[in-house]
Amino acid sequence: MSSVNLTMAIVLGGLYATGFYLLLQRSLMRVLLGIVILGHGANLLLQQAGGAPAGRPPMLGEAPVQSMSDPLPQAMALTAIVITFALTTFLLALAYRAWQLLGHDEVQDDVEDRRIRRLESELSEGEAAENEQELDSEATR
Amino acid sequence: MSVLVAIPVLLPLGAAGLSMAFGRFADVQRWLGLLVLGVIVVDATVLLHIADTRAPLVLHLGGWAAPVGIALVADRLAALLLLVSVVVMFAVLLYSIGQRITDYGRGTSSTTFHPIYLVLCAGVSLAYLTGDLFNLFVAFEIMLAASYVLITRRTTANRVRAGMTYTIVSLSSSVLFLTLIGLVYSATGTVNLADLAAETEKLPRALSTALALLMVIVFGVKSAMVPLHFWLPDSYPNAPAPITAIFAALLTKVGIYAMIRTQILVFDRGPSWRLMLVLALATMLVGALGALAQNDLNRLLSFLLVSHIGFMLFGLGVYDVAGLTGVILYIVHHITVQAALFLVSGLVTRYTGTVALSRMGGLVRISPLVAVLFALPALSLAGVPPFSGFVAKLALLQSGVGVGTGWAYVAAAGAVLTSLLTLYAVARVWTRVFWGRTRLPEGDPDPTDELVVGTGDTSRAMVHATGMLVCVTVLVAVLAGPLAAVSERAAEDLISGEAYRTAVLEGGGIGG
Repeated sequence: MSSVNLTMAIVLGGLYATGFYLLLQRSLMRVLLGIVILGHGANLLLQQAGGAPAGRPPMLGEAPVQSMSDPLPQAMALTAIVITFALTTFLLALAYRAWQLLGHDEVQDDVEDRRIRRLESELSEGEAAENEQELDSEATR
Repeated sequence: MSVLVAIPVLLPLGAAGLSMAFGRFADVQRWLGLLVLGVIVVDATVLLHIADTRAPLVLHLGGWAAPVGIALVADRLAALLLLVSVVVMFAVLLYSIGQRITDYGRGTSSTTFHPIYLVLCAGVSLAYLTGDLFNLFVAFEIMLAASYVLITRRTTANRVRAGMTYTIVSLSSSVLFLTLIGLVYSATGTVNLADLAAETEKLPRALSTALALLMVIVFGVKSAMVPLHFWLPDSYPNAPAPITAIFAALLTKVGIYAMIRTQILVFDRGPSWRLMLVLALATMLVGALGALAQNDLNRLLSFLLVSHIGFMLFGLGVYDVAGLTGVILYIVHHITVQAALFLVSGLVTRYTGTVALSRMGGLVRISPLVAVLFALPALSLAGVPPFSGFVAKLALLQSGVGVGTGWAYVAAAGAVLTSLLTLYAVARVWTRVFWGRTRLPEGDPDPTDELVVGTGDTSRAMVHATGMLVCVTVLVAVLAGPLAAVSERAAEDLISGEAYRTAVLEGGGIGG
């Protein structure tokens, strides 16, 4: 069991809150920034999981064990940082491609979902046949 | 001996690099992929044999002992699922090679596909074999990173949209997973699964429950558990048939496997877990009802996939040896059946040129073989005797009734209802696609999209690969006896956890 100091707790809370707020936005770029900030929050949390830094490098025989920093969270955070970095790059490339293909960077709805939602009202109005064609052209395939 | 455990992870990773280097030589890439997967099939068979007859195999990477170092563990459950998964991966690779040659000719190479497929294989293997929580995260990331690329390859507008949802949802759940690891480490001081089991008992009840629930959420997103399933029917159907098949067969099952492994090994739980039973019931019904509303064949199958995740959660919720035996049988059955169904759906769309059920018909006259290949796994999915689905469902229902609590009865009733709804859904597909007036293939509206081809051309490799998978689903039913025996031994191992713990922590396993 380890405890976190207050400043760190506030920073962590701020990072997670900002990240989730951005994640809920409609614009892809903001969603992406949200993921990045959340990733930072998670990495900082991993660092904190090892307890307060004791200061000495974790090398056997160099210092008493009690004053060594815990190396495991650092190794884990390093791995996580590399993974987050790679996936952020991928997301950036994907966002760029979305921009190229669609001309905007809004997160889009699923056409098929809307189609099924409308199905019921159409059936009751008896215009199913007409709207079917309209929806077919709307669906990309 | 214990180097056998590392082969399924390291061999495909190394081969992926080699495959990348041979990007210009299509045939070399193809044979390399098939060879590597073939070797892993053999390796997984040996692993299963050793783990079943002797003891779990453990490999301590770098020679560091377990709680500190990284351990790879192959016990009965991991080896069994690894074997089934790799067989399916082999069949799907054969199918996609066939599809590539049919569409573009023998000489063309798809430089990125083969390396990424091998990376996906490494990720899946690592997820089964890893012995600690952080490497489970790494395994998920390897697997998901490969899947992001596979789902957005040959980008069309629709695929980018679907891939974006998929990527963002998966990344958010990965961040949550990382947070979970941080919390677990600060609470217990270890991430080794075998070691965690002892440590969580010392924690206050509230804290260990909170960690358990957080794990349910994290793996619930990965395995498409209702209400965290929304991303799946949106993203999977937008990928080409073989890729959807491999995703549907493996990625969600790895999520379920992780949930089983962590919940049972790490946390101490009373008999029958009500929350999980309720979630299972919701997953079964929402998925089955969602499937009935669909007009798109692939989306319908995706909703059925969600629905059948519920069966596995049901067995986990029952939480005894009988229930877990049922789950393991069900996972084995479902991996093969779901992959086979998506491959057949790929064949169907090639003959009809559309994925819309309302525009299909009379396929049984054009290709009776495809009709047979669809019928066998579809009936198995619905749980009609004597197919594999029946065996697995029966085991689950027996365990549910055996527990005898109110919620277990409700969930068992829901399972029966879901089976009927599944039967109705696949029967609807059957009447729409195979009976009725024969329709000729329509031209391809979007030639850049591999999803709908409508040429009617299928190569022998594609049909053989599908046939091979269908044969495996039949084989699962034929071998139900020995399979159930292995599953039961694996379930006993899981519940007691003793074999796993002594193998990892005290060197009781076969190591080196």
